[in-house]
Amino acid sequence: MNTVLNVDAVNRSFGERHVLKDVSFTVDSGRLTGFVGANGAGKTTTMRIILGVLAADTGTVTWNGVPVTREHRQRFGYMPEERGLYPKMTVAEQIVYLGRLHGLGHADARRRTTALLERLELAERAGDLVEKLSLGNQQRAQIAAALVHDPELLVLDEPFSGLDPLAVENVLTVLRERARSGAAVLFSSHQLDLVERLCDDLVIIADGTIRAAGARSRLREQYTLPRFTVEVDTDAGWLRDHPGVTLVELDGPRAVFDLEPEIDEQSVLRAALARGPVRVFTPVRPSLAEIFREVIQ
Amino acid sequence: MTTYQAAKLVAGREIRVKLRDKTFLFSTVFLLLFSALGVVLPALMDSGPTKVAVVGSTHVAALEKAGLEVRTVTDQAAAAQLVRDEEVEAAVVDGPRVLALEEAPQDVVSALSTSPPVDFLEPDALDQTARFLVPFALALLFFFTTLMFGVQIAQSVTEEKQTRIVEILVSSVPVRALLIGKVFAMTLLAFGQLALIAVVALVGMRVGGAGSPLIDALLPAIGWFLPFFVIGFLMLATLWAGVGALAARLEDINGTSAPLQLVVMTPFFLVLSLQSNQAAMTVLSYIPFSAPVAMPVRLFNGEAATWEPLVALALLLITSAITLIAGARIYEGSLLRTNGRTSFATAWRSPTTAG
Repeated sequence: MNTVLNVDAVNRSFGERHVLKDVSFTVDSGRLTGFVGANGAGKTTTMRIILGVLAADTGTVTWNGVPVTREHRQRFGYMPEERGLYPKMTVAEQIVYLGRLHGLGHADARRRTTALLERLELAERAGDLVEKLSLGNQQRAQIAAALVHDPELLVLDEPFSGLDPLAVENVLTVLRERARSGAAVLFSSHQLDLVERLCDDLVIIADGTIRAAGARSRLREQYTLPRFTVEVDTDAGWLRDHPGVTLVELDGPRAVFDLEPEIDEQSVLRAALARGPVRVFTPVRPSLAEIFREVIQ
Repeated sequence: MTTYQAAKLVAGREIRVKLRDKTFLFSTVFLLLFSALGVVLPALMDSGPTKVAVVGSTHVAALEKAGLEVRTVTDQAAAAQLVRDEEVEAAVVDGPRVLALEEAPQDVVSALSTSPPVDFLEPDALDQTARFLVPFALALLFFFTTLMFGVQIAQSVTEEKQTRIVEILVSSVPVRALLIGKVFAMTLLAFGQLALIAVVALVGMRVGGAGSPLIDALLPAIGWFLPFFVIGFLMLATLWAGVGALAARLEDINGTSAPLQLVVMTPFFLVLSLQSNQAAMTVLSYIPFSAPVAMPVRLFNGEAATWEPLVALALLLITSAITLIAGARIYEGSLLRTNGRTSFATAWRSPTTAG
C-alpha cells in the first residue's frame, strides 16, 4: 500500500460561496477510503475536481506525484452522485461503450462487461434497456460502468444509496476485491455504519474543510475518550466515590464511567478486583457516528 | 486516447442509436416514399392525349395533327352523349362548335384556330411546374433536414446532460471529442438520407418518363446542392449542439433554440417568396444561411455564372468555421452547468471543466 492520490490545498468557490477551503487528503492504493460528511459539506465538489469535471480555483490534485491529466483519468473510474446512463441503450451496450471510451478494445470491453455483469448479478438484464430496469439494478449497472476498465482509482459518490441489503453486500464484496487487487477506492456515503464496516481509511469533511483524515483504527484511538465499561458480580455503586471517576451510567453490577486523564485505569481495576470477581473491564471505543459528531462540531 | 479516436467512438454510438430509432427510420422511409411519389405521380396522372369526338370528317385532319385522339360519330346528339358520359373530353360539331362539360378544352380550340407563330429568342426547355417545384423541393429538403436533425443533435446533447452521463464522459474524453463525434454522426446521417432521396428522385423521374432536359438541368443543381448542404449543415449542427448544452432538460430546448430556429426559418421563407426576383435571389445566394438553397436554384434556372457557386461556397465555409468555434465555445461553456438553463452570456464567458 502506498499513497497514490494526493489532494493538496484545493479551494473552490461558486460565486460568493466558498465551498472547499484548503482541502487536503490522500488516498492509498489497495485500500478503501470512506469520504464522510453532511449534505453540502463539499464531498461531491471534491470528487468532481478529482475527476476533472470541475476545475479547482487553487490547489492541485496529483497522481503518483504528478498533476492529474486526462491520460491518468482514463484509468480512473467514476460514479457520479446523480445517476444516469443512456435510457435507450441496453445495459451491456453502454458498459462496453464506456469501457471503450476508457481505452479498451472492442473485444476486451465485451469480455469484461460480460464478466462484470455476471459478478454483479446483472447478467440476465444485459440485453435490457436501462430505462426498463428497477432503480437498484440501474445502480448496479452504474457501478459496472465505473468498474469495466479495471480502474486504478475508483471514485464512487454514494455507491450504496438505493441498494437493498443483499445488493449492498454484493457491491461491497466487489469493491473489496478491487482494493485487494491494488486499486485505490474513494467512496462517499451517508451510511456511517456501512463506512465503519467497510473502509480502511477515513476522510471527514464538514463545511468545506477536512476535519479528520487517516486510518480508521488510528482515528478511533485518537478519538477514544478515557471511558470504560466495567461489570462485576455485586453492585458497582462504589465507583461513584472512587477518586477521578465520573459515572456515566450505572445499572446494578454494570457501569460506564469516565476517568480523569491523570488517573491510571489499572488502579480502578485493582480496586474492583479487591471487591470480588471482575467480568468485564474495557475501554469504550467510539463508533464512527460518535467520532463524526465530535469532529464536525 | 486521442480526440480523433474518442470522436470516432462517440460518432459510432450516435449512428448506432439513431439507426435503431423507430422515429428516425420511419421518417426516412416516409421521405423516400414522398419523394418517389412526388416525381412518379405527375407522370402517372397524365392520362395521355385528349380524346375528342367529331361529327363529319372536315376537322379530323387538323385535330389529329395536333396530337389528339379522334373518334368520328354520326350526329351531334351522339357526340354530346359521349361528352356527357365522359368517354371523350370534348366534341367538335358543325359550325365548327366545340362541346365540353364545363371547361373549355384549350388544345381542341387551338387546333381549330389559327394563331400567329411565336419565335422564342431564349427557348425554355422546362415547364413552369418544374420551375416552381424544384426550388420548393430543395428548400424543403435543406431547411427541414437541418431543422429535424438539428433538434435531434440538441436533444442528444441535452439527454447526456440531463442524465449526468456527461460527467463520466467528460472525465475520460475531451469535451471537443464529444462535440465533433456528435456533429459528424448527424451530418453523415443527414447526408445519407439526402443522397438516398436524390437517387430515388432521379430514378423516379426516369421511370416516370420526365424529359431529359429537366434531368439535365437538375443534375448540376443537385451536384452543387450536396456540398452546400454538407457545409451548411455543419454550420448549423454545431450551433444546435450549443443550444442543446444550454438547456438543462429536454423541455428547455425549445426556449434555448428559439433564435436558431429563426435563423433557419427566415431564409426558407425568403427563398420561397423571392424566388422569381433575380436581384433578391442573387443576394440570397451569397448569404451563408440561404446560400445552400438559393445558389443551386439559380444554377438550376441557369442564372448563375460558373464562378458564383465557388465564391458562395467559400463564404459558407468561412462562416461555418466561425459558427464551429462559437458553437463549440457555447457547448463547452454550458455542458456541465446542470442547474437550470444556462444563459448565453455565462456559457460564452467561461469553460467549466479542468480541461
